[in-house]
Amino acid sequence: MEPSELKRSKDSPNSDESTRRSSFPDEVLERVLSLLKSHRDRSSVSLVCKDWYNAERWSRTHVFIGNCYSVSPEIVARRFPKIRSVTLKGKPRFSDFNLVPENWGADIHAWLVVFAAKYPFLEELRLKRMAISDESLEFLAVSFPNFKALSLLSCDGFSTNGLAAIATHCKNLTELDIQENGIDDKGGSWLSCFPESFTSLEVLNFANLSSDINFDALERLVGRCKSMRVLKLNRSVSLEQLQRLLVNAPQLAELGTGSFSEELTFRQYVELESALSNCQNMHTLYGLWDAKGIYLPALYPVCTHLTFLNLSYAALRSDELAKLLAHCPRLKRLWVLDTVEDKGLEAVGLNCPLLEELRVFPADPFDEEIIHGVTEAGFVAVSFGCPRLQYVLYFCRQMTNAAVATIVQNCPDFTHFRLCIMNPGQPDYITNEPMDEAFGAVVKTCTKLQRLSVSGRLTDLTFEYIGRYAKNLETLSVAFAGSSDWGMQCVMGGCSKLRKLEIRDCPFGNAALLSGLEKYESMRSLWMSACNVTMNGCRLLAREMPRLNVEVMKEDGSDDSQADKVYVYRSIAGPRRDAPPSVLTL
Amino acid sequence: MSKPIEHDYIGLSEQQLPSMEKSSDKKDGLHLKDTELRLGLPGSESPEREDHDQNVLSLKSFVSGAKRGFSDALDGGGNWVFSGGSGGGTEGLFSPRRGGKNNGGKDLSGLDSGSVLKDGAAQKPSVVQEKKPQVAATSSHGNGNIAPASKALVVGWPPIRSFRKNTLAAHPPKNDDGDGNAEAKLGSGCLYVKVSMDGAPYLRKVDLKIYGSYKDLSSALEKMFSCFTIGQCGSHGVSSGDGLTESRLIDLLHGSEYVLTYEDKDGDWMLVGDVPWEMFTDSCKRLRIMKSTEAIGLAPRAMEKCKNRT
Repeated sequence: MEPSELKRSKDSPNSDESTRRSSFPDEVLERVLSLLKSHRDRSSVSLVCKDWYNAERWSRTHVFIGNCYSVSPEIVARRFPKIRSVTLKGKPRFSDFNLVPENWGADIHAWLVVFAAKYPFLEELRLKRMAISDESLEFLAVSFPNFKALSLLSCDGFSTNGLAAIATHCKNLTELDIQENGIDDKGGSWLSCFPESFTSLEVLNFANLSSDINFDALERLVGRCKSMRVLKLNRSVSLEQLQRLLVNAPQLAELGTGSFSEELTFRQYVELESALSNCQNMHTLYGLWDAKGIYLPALYPVCTHLTFLNLSYAALRSDELAKLLAHCPRLKRLWVLDTVEDKGLEAVGLNCPLLEELRVFPADPFDEEIIHGVTEAGFVAVSFGCPRLQYVLYFCRQMTNAAVATIVQNCPDFTHFRLCIMNPGQPDYITNEPMDEAFGAVVKTCTKLQRLSVSGRLTDLTFEYIGRYAKNLETLSVAFAGSSDWGMQCVMGGCSKLRKLEIRDCPFGNAALLSGLEKYESMRSLWMSACNVTMNGCRLLAREMPRLNVEVMKEDGSDDSQADKVYVYRSIAGPRRDAPPSVLTL
Repeated sequence: MSKPIEHDYIGLSEQQLPSMEKSSDKKDGLHLKDTELRLGLPGSESPEREDHDQNVLSLKSFVSGAKRGFSDALDGGGNWVFSGGSGGGTEGLFSPRRGGKNNGGKDLSGLDSGSVLKDGAAQKPSVVQEKKPQVAATSSHGNGNIAPASKALVVGWPPIRSFRKNTLAAHPPKNDDGDGNAEAKLGSGCLYVKVSMDGAPYLRKVDLKIYGSYKDLSSALEKMFSCFTIGQCGSHGVSSGDGLTESRLIDLLHGSEYVLTYEDKDGDWMLVGDVPWEMFTDSCKRLRIMKSTEAIGLAPRAMEKCKNRT
């Protein structure tokens, strides 16, 4: 910046030598702050002083709202006039597991209406656990001429008709990412709605959908979108069709295959392998639905540079996984089904030293009689071979305290530790003791821990450990655990950075709930269901803390005084007005 | 439906885990207690547990498995693993209750029984996630009005997202019988049935559509279950495919120790092999490798049914 410019600004009417206001003109400050991407950094910046607050709000282009009810669209629009990208999260996470009533809320439409007026140049919308209707999608498609990226994760309320509207009207679309939604799949014709002149798509993910799409339309679309880097197909796309797509899109960085199981001739197999080997940029592989082991070698050429392999829809055996992983030395993220069993996980430990994230999902989670899957042995084997592990999600049917202690000793860098022992309240199967020491070891050893999900038989001791040691913990999920209010009190008292707490089926009552009185305003939300909290406790909380929304969801046939499901969150928008009758706002 | 017979061995298999296997000769209740699924109880309830080698599946324990009253099986089937089954050798070993579902010494002390049951009680449609045949029957053996909550009836547990749940339910993972022939055909091609074996710690699933005859099915089952009868197993009892073990099992099967039976659409248990293969695959709902001693009485019924059908 020119010294003369600086001098000019100093001489401007606003600068007063004696009070030493900011020596930067606003434009400079805004320019500097526009380089800040992290919304947390931006929040910190906005608290420095009024000038910085203003500079920050004028320079912000992306807003992240972790709870759509914590603020209103009008308030957002007033504060941030130049937003081009919005990320919104709605329902409490337990809605993924059917614990939240259907019509609970989190509808996007009111937001879209405000955005259409205030942010006509909106480009990106990323929604998680929101309700969105086809009408809203159509409204979105026609209201924002520059619209580029739509990502819907775990949302519901819409059908493929809404997608058709997006495909038809959004001429500048670069991203359409439809993941794990409750979508009403009325057929695949939406894909044919992209005009022949449309070439801008870079990300297309329709793995969520089950119906057949018009393959010719897809082939042409992929052929003309030369910048496409992410393509995630649905199950209806066959291996042979996959090969045809890949031939025209060797630049793909992320591929979600369709079904990986039909009969292939030798020639077709060779062609597929050849098409895959041309994809030198590919670092992520997904899908592989119903993968047949004999075709997996076609993937080997791609495997050498893969960093993320998602096999969680492919029921591979341990030997099949082992053979595949022998070709994946650079793997950092791996998702598998527990059909690979402990032996498969041993292969992970042997072949993937760079692994940072492992997720093991259960193939038969609800079948009590079929007890294969993974045990503590598999997890331990991975920990010996993969010291860089930071993120684990592990579903198993048995675990021991000793195993977990070994695991965290091998991998002290965990930031996300989510262990789900599938039988609620199950103790250490060898010693018959509670799993307290396991999670004690986790929190004592893994000082960077941000997210923890506990399971198994746990007494208050677990929570004492958490409160005492988990100083960086931000998210805690608890189910079927604890002995008394004291457990929750330890957490509320000790975990200073806690932002999200979700509890189900624990013996925590009003004393526990109210012990967090001072804390809830610094948190995003609290969920407590099937605990011992009463309506009176909730009313007291609501009364004492007017800036919290305290919502109770009652179940049919339950006692009037029991608060079956409680959802508490901070909000500057006041109590919400769109709650259904089953949700009481206190 | 003839749930009782079905649950007889369900109870056994549910109560046992390979790693918890004990080579004990204990009779009736205690024996089962040692091998029950709920991992805590064997250690706590049977201090006389001698064998600490958790990985060896003892032939004796399996094959000598006493026939347990189906109340046990039902209760075992109906509950969370931790509940129930404490207590020495008394009838109703696994009944939910020794004093109520949620207590008993080592179990979830402090867990609010009210809340547990609220979620578990199958009172509203939204609660029932997966249909479990034994649940309906369980309530008649439970502790009075407290219906033991089957894991499957606990809403939202285990925490799996709907998309994944629905995907897995619609297209079950292919059966890992080890010979690589199992094709998981999409949609209409699958006919998965559960196969249990008396004395084995857990069940397997087979896709009947991939077999063309009784012979194919029989040899596949032999491979699958051979390890249970020999006492050699990997960490989970995955079939080892060892030649010796297969022939041993074949001997067992062809000898008089085991017979292969199936439950048909009407809920009746029949001997496998009496009807043409296609008729069998159409009507078979599940398979059970049953001890011969218990199969007495089946043959005549199978014949009768056949006659009635034709």
